Amino acid sequence: MLKKRIIPVQLLINNRLVKTIKFGNYRDVGNPVTSSKIYSASDADELIFLNINRDYRTVEQLLTLIEKVSEVCFMPLSLGGGIKTLKDAEQLLKNGADKIVVNSASYRDRTIISQIADRFGTQAVIVSIDTKLNESTKEYQLYSNCGRQLEDISLEQHVKESIEKGAGEIFINSIDRDGTMTGYDIDLIKKVFEYSSVPVIACGGAGNFGHMKDVFLQTGVSALACGSLFNFGDNNPIRAKAFLSNYGLPFKVI
Amino acid sequence: MLVGILDLEMGNLRSVFNAFYTLGYEVEIIKDIAQFDHISHLVIPGVGSYHKAVYHLDGKNFRSPIRKFAERGKPLLGICLGMHLLSEYGEEGGRNQGLGLIGGYVTKLASTPNFPIPHVGWNTIKFREHHPVFEGVKYGIDCYFVHSYHFVCDNQKYIYGTTDYGKEFVSIIVGKNVIGFQFHPEKSQSNGLKLLENFCNWDGVC
Repeated sequence: MLKKRIIPVQLLINNRLVKTIKFGNYRDVGNPVTSSKIYSASDADELIFLNINRDYRTVEQLLTLIEKVSEVCFMPLSLGGGIKTLKDAEQLLKNGADKIVVNSASYRDRTIISQIADRFGTQAVIVSIDTKLNESTKEYQLYSNCGRQLEDISLEQHVKESIEKGAGEIFINSIDRDGTMTGYDIDLIKKVFEYSSVPVIACGGAGNFGHMKDVFLQTGVSALACGSLFNFGDNNPIRAKAFLSNYGLPFKVI
Repeated sequence: MLVGILDLEMGNLRSVFNAFYTLGYEVEIIKDIAQFDHISHLVIPGVGSYHKAVYHLDGKNFRSPIRKFAERGKPLLGICLGMHLLSEYGEEGGRNQGLGLIGGYVTKLASTPNFPIPHVGWNTIKFREHHPVFEGVKYGIDCYFVHSYHFVCDNQKYIYGTTDYGKEFVSIIVGKNVIGFQFHPEKSQSNGLKLLENFCNWDGVC
């Protein structure tokens, strides 16, 4: 039986681990190589790294990181933030990454998804989508460039076209909930799950293990990602799984 | 002993290299056929498509040295796409001839609404037979999978492990000194590393 996954998300600025609130006000929360070792030891299923440097974002920063992390973590590693070309993706995949997370570039030119998928397989591409709920229209709006640029495309259309081009997984993030620790946006996650024919990873808002339970029991997502929950406080994937297992949710056996 | 990892220019060699290196074994990347003479264990890793792997296999003239290596009874491990290449042929990207080391072929996983393709994530390994490479690894552990195609054996005797995803598929195959894993041991944390360590300690005799 395929298991549910718990994925710590690690946000990076100049290769320091940071945590944001609603995509702003970041704080430094440590060294990503050290934290990755700890996540590996505490039974995380996968790790996602996102470079959120706004002004100066290069693939070299991620390359330096992945070389170090892949020497100490024998688990799936996904990287994103500033990936623009097939060559960017290729360099990361050759140096220890298993999947590439594409966000802003997928709005400019969707072929970036198919280029990576054709060369490395659809499983190597995660399309990440940042959304905010428009309070007046009650529609979810999509944003690129670390939440700064509004995109003129509907959530449904973007999810479906990304999958058509070869996205192997969809990573959905709520800007409204980011860093608030008030719970996931379940309506948003349900919508994406309905539109998506590939596995969905949901992110944004986890403040306690109960929040994770709510999403797993109410939607069909394959994986939940979280930052603050594991960055702050004495929480780790082992404790999360111990809690969630009480609700009949399956996790990997080691 | 020396572990050789075959370079088919198909993605993530580095993780496989790092895993063996961390386990303390001597390991090198095989880029040239001359290197086959001094390795004791051969690993064929791979992420990508069958037809592209076959293209590199032929382009680098690797077919004959791999065959000779296997015929000498030395331990050979195929991982994911590397396991697929042990077959007679694969259907990914048109029909392509494989290495023919284990009887069978490679075809696409059946897609059903509750089981999206690719099959990605942690799933249970059910050992069917005992094997020295499984020594000390518990029955029913999870390993990390990421694939859209699977191996169909032409004889049950090659099937040493299976996994369920919608329906049962073959996740471990063994033919004499050749073993293949559909999952990624180099991405399966402590259990995966244990399997790789056992492979290094295996002399190729079942």
